[in-house]
Amino acid sequence: MSMQRPMVEVRGARKSFGAVDVLKGIGLSVDRGQIVAIIGPSGSGKSTLLRSINHLETLNDGEVWLDGVQVNQPLHGQAFERHINRVRQQMGMVFQHFNLFPHLTVIENITMGPVILKGMAKAEARTLALGLLSKVGLADKIDAYPSRLSGGQKQRVAIARALAMQPKVMLFDEATSALDPELVDEVNAVMKQLAAEHMTMLIVTHEMRFAGEVADRVLFMDGGVVVEEGPPGEIFRTPRKERTRTFLKKYLSA
Amino acid sequence: MDLSLMSRVFPFFVEAALVTLELTALALVLGLFAAALAAAARLSKSAILRAVGSVYVSLFRGTPCLIQLFVLYFGGPQVGINLDPFAAGVIGLGLNIGAYMAESIRGAVVAVDRGQTEAARTIGFSRLQTLRKVVLPQAARLMIRPLGVNTVALLKGSALVSTISVVELTYTAQRFIGSTYKPFEIFGVAALLYMAMVYAVARIVDMLDKRFAIA
Repeated sequence: MSMQRPMVEVRGARKSFGAVDVLKGIGLSVDRGQIVAIIGPSGSGKSTLLRSINHLETLNDGEVWLDGVQVNQPLHGQAFERHINRVRQQMGMVFQHFNLFPHLTVIENITMGPVILKGMAKAEARTLALGLLSKVGLADKIDAYPSRLSGGQKQRVAIARALAMQPKVMLFDEATSALDPELVDEVNAVMKQLAAEHMTMLIVTHEMRFAGEVADRVLFMDGGVVVEEGPPGEIFRTPRKERTRTFLKKYLSA
Repeated sequence: MDLSLMSRVFPFFVEAALVTLELTALALVLGLFAAALAAAARLSKSAILRAVGSVYVSLFRGTPCLIQLFVLYFGGPQVGINLDPFAAGVIGLGLNIGAYMAESIRGAVVAVDRGQTEAARTIGFSRLQTLRKVVLPQAARLMIRPLGVNTVALLKGSALVSTISVVELTYTAQRFIGSTYKPFEIFGVAALLYMAMVYAVARIVDMLDKRFAIA
């Protein structure tokens, strides 16, 4: 066992929406540089889990830790506001529907965070953004508005925007689910590149093949619990649990 | 149709129309101010502020503007508020349209996709930064049309203040009836001037809408 503390740790996470228990006590630990894919049927709670890590959802019970700092600290009012804004700067999040800011150009979308939150000089932020845009293959779109971009391009800009804050971990919430099939690969390629650079990543996905290729570990969630977890080869080829087998069979035959 | 009468009264009507414009402009400023406060109150996290905002909006949208003007102008002195007709007209119209504009502003803010707020918050922006840098710039664009509709309604509704003897376009027209007995021509001229002003407002709204369109 490594003595290193985990980059992301979730303990006993519980969350309900009204009478529906969405998370029923989830534990999760992700080491620095590790890539964890979370799979499972719709309504299994996988997106809620990811959103809870960023505190977009408030857990009813349980703890979330990022690199030794508790994310959902029992603070109140302005004190919590200040704390969570600081913590969130260290986590990049990518959404299914991109959520680029439509009133800003591509470069403004990317530089806004570093300039306003980190006090980075505009010129420096611009250089940073240009580097990131080249990395995601969109250096020529620097002054375009998001409405001029394809879905795949939007998502790659969204990834660049998240990376601009130099986060310790990247959270992907079904990043390719809203894309036309032919645009999925260009986004997956960027994610693979991040994986090769040892970015710590948590990936909620419906794409089993991609999860198998990129993840160090796969979590199968169903009904608000982690049913099974392990290396992708094990989960996809020799799942131990019946629920995992049923899910994968349905998924792979569909 | 007595065209020569129409052209003779026209200069007086233009002057009266300027009063209508002035009244509308002042009420618009007051209305926008009240509306911004009321919309902020209705969107706030505080239940008390939300209630205050709701009461204001329901009160002024739920009763006739004419009654509101009467209460202010005729009822005001009873509770120590003595306003001249013009001031009562501006305040009455302003508070009335403010309630409608509050809903236009609130609707625009609510219409901005929740994902925008979430994206900004996950980057680390505070609630206020998110509002100022992400939500309001997008909401501003969405509220131009509805606020334009409200402004046209205000302009036309300003005719009501003729009942509390503000000497604006409608009041002036009524005064000319007594001396000419030609309501068709007289009110016709007034109607033409209202239409010209409404047209001008509509063009300004179009311009603003284009100017702030998201590429």
